[in-house]
Amino acid sequence: MVKEVEELKDVKLYKGVHSIDLPEYYTSGHRTCQGCESALVMRDFAKAAGPRTVVTGATGCMYVANTSYMTTPWLIPWMHTQLAGGGASAVGMAAGIRALRRKGKIKDEKINVINFSGDLGAGDAGLGGLSGAMQSDYDLLVIVYDNESAANTDIQASGLTTYGAQTTFSPVGKVHRIMHKRWKKNLAPMIAVGHPNVKYVATAVATFPPMDYMNKVKKALAIGGPTMIHTLDPCPKGWDYHPRYSHDLGELAVKTGIFPVYEIIKGKVVYTYDLRGKKREPVRSYLEKQGRFAHFIDEDYEYIQSKVDEMWEEWEIPGVVPFSSGLEVEK
Amino acid sequence: MNEIQNVKSVFESEELMSGTEAVAHAVRLADVDVFAAYPIRPYTSVMDKLSKFLADGLLDAEYIVADGEHSQFEIGKHASSVGARAFVGSSGVGWLYAMEAIVVTATDRLPLVALVGNRALDDPGAFGVEQNDALMVRDVGWLLAWASTAQEAFDTTLIGYRVAEDPKVRMPFAIAMDGGYLTHSEHLVKLPTKEAVNKFLPPYSLGDRVLHPDNPISVAPQVNEDWVMELRKQNHEAGKRARGIIYQAYKEYNEIFNAGYENPFIEELNVEDADTVLIGMGSVATVARSVTRDLRGEGKKVGFLKMRWYRPFPTEELKKALRNVSNVGIIDRDFGIAGPNDAAITFHDYRSALYDMENRPRMVDFIAGLGGREISKAEVRKMFEMTEKKDTPLVNWIGLRE
Repeated sequence: MVKEVEELKDVKLYKGVHSIDLPEYYTSGHRTCQGCESALVMRDFAKAAGPRTVVTGATGCMYVANTSYMTTPWLIPWMHTQLAGGGASAVGMAAGIRALRRKGKIKDEKINVINFSGDLGAGDAGLGGLSGAMQSDYDLLVIVYDNESAANTDIQASGLTTYGAQTTFSPVGKVHRIMHKRWKKNLAPMIAVGHPNVKYVATAVATFPPMDYMNKVKKALAIGGPTMIHTLDPCPKGWDYHPRYSHDLGELAVKTGIFPVYEIIKGKVVYTYDLRGKKREPVRSYLEKQGRFAHFIDEDYEYIQSKVDEMWEEWEIPGVVPFSSGLEVEK
Repeated sequence: MNEIQNVKSVFESEELMSGTEAVAHAVRLADVDVFAAYPIRPYTSVMDKLSKFLADGLLDAEYIVADGEHSQFEIGKHASSVGARAFVGSSGVGWLYAMEAIVVTATDRLPLVALVGNRALDDPGAFGVEQNDALMVRDVGWLLAWASTAQEAFDTTLIGYRVAEDPKVRMPFAIAMDGGYLTHSEHLVKLPTKEAVNKFLPPYSLGDRVLHPDNPISVAPQVNEDWVMELRKQNHEAGKRARGIIYQAYKEYNEIFNAGYENPFIEELNVEDADTVLIGMGSVATVARSVTRDLRGEGKKVGFLKMRWYRPFPTEELKKALRNVSNVGIIDRDFGIAGPNDAAITFHDYRSALYDMENRPRMVDFIAGLGGREISKAEVRKMFEMTEKKDTPLVNWIGLRE
């Protein structure tokens, strides 16, 4: 599929770890937790994008923990934007850069414009702004780093938190075992389906399949127009597990099928880890390794398994588009 | 400026236009790079005009219709951060919806320019003027001025860009105007040539604070308790420096455009030898001046002082202007529920500013014209009389139904 897309013909994708660029643009100075996969999402997009890039980071743990005054980890220009400002910040930068290039006020060269926003920012408060950005015709990439909570505010549930998870907004009580009853928003398809001009939308896990995420960043930046990548980032603090298991949990999220990884290139879905018609690991093997699901009983595991099964076996596009075939039209 | 011998040559035309159209012309002549819109009455007509300029090829800019005011102002802020001259605007609750972005634009010291078409806050819905919306930013680091004619709106917008972008200032600027009364009423405006405007307004440069790959800086990192106070003090010092830059900008504006602004901050009518003075901002100036002239004709020693710049606040200028005045009445086209002495917003600023004067005047507050209600000549006359009378209560609602 990638080879067929004109805009992606010249993209130099990473093939094997030795082909990955050595320079780092997100380095020491941040104060993220041990085992923080969101920090890896930062490091890897900066590497894949390279130095001719400007970045905004919306309020979230990757603002608060990432950029302390006078110890910035960023070697590329970076600026804070508000929790719900991610999409608009990218539009503002891209519009400014386009106007200045056209009017000869800065050198006429391609500058990557990237915003990263968390699940709380992009998925809830900033969803309108994200939609506005995706409706624009500017070259920009929004990376939604999703660790399924307000991870710097004491781990509160967001609209993208897994059903049933224990957070400080959804504590387990004597009467109510499950407090967080919202099903995770299907963010990437929502953007792809609702914004037909968007040429590239993807989901990814930083570490699995290897290099998949970095190559998706390269493709998003090369294809042009507004693009979005939604990453699932295991979070030791919020998900309650030992930091050494972050990569394993990311891999399990993909292999159990609870977080399908794919790209939607000009309307076509390409699975980068294809589980269609294949045996998936039981979702329980992913959930029971996390303390946030310690209160689960068999029926909770079964419920989530049934929803994941439905996603892969009954949806029009497995794991992606939440309709079953034969959608009825009123006569 | 000696090179401009013939003042007429700096003007291209003189046209009848509304206050918002005048601002649109100033934005066009300032050659903005990015403007972002979202509709709400009554400021919106500035964006109608700018989008038409763009469609007609009279303006080379990026134009974004945002998904809401919060995004609109974030777009303006971040366009400004990469070195683009930007313009936004709003009214009433739209301005408030953007408030988070509005505040960070100031704390990030980005010289974005915005038009506020003053409008009553919801609920209940009303299109008419109340100045509470713009006054919401008086303490957070926005430069804030009110215009009362379309010509003044045009001039103040250009001057605002100049002051906001000055390297010694770098603060956002809001030009406010009364919804309806100025946004939609037409006056004659002299439009200068592009060349003349370029002489006054240098290109925008954010210097070493611009976000560009050649300048890999980190902007607004988390500081917590370690540095916030020092940064607030820096913002504050910039606001203080703006006073001097405003004087400088008006001096040059007068020279290039023969504009005749005496004091940039305040405009006095018969204040010098007056016993009783009313102070107001925005369109109330027209009716207040008219009544002042009437009363002078009747031999009454009254004056009117129009405030143009509200932030930075002209404390010394007011003290000087009012040094021989016995009675001062403040016209508040805003409300302040259950505040000190039950007065409205601006009254406290004036009273506090004048408190240390040796012969400070007696002061009373008039809350008038809320929600766009007209302030009549009879009411201004009444306000003058009440200001003069020693037993007038401190706070008075004018034109209120019994």
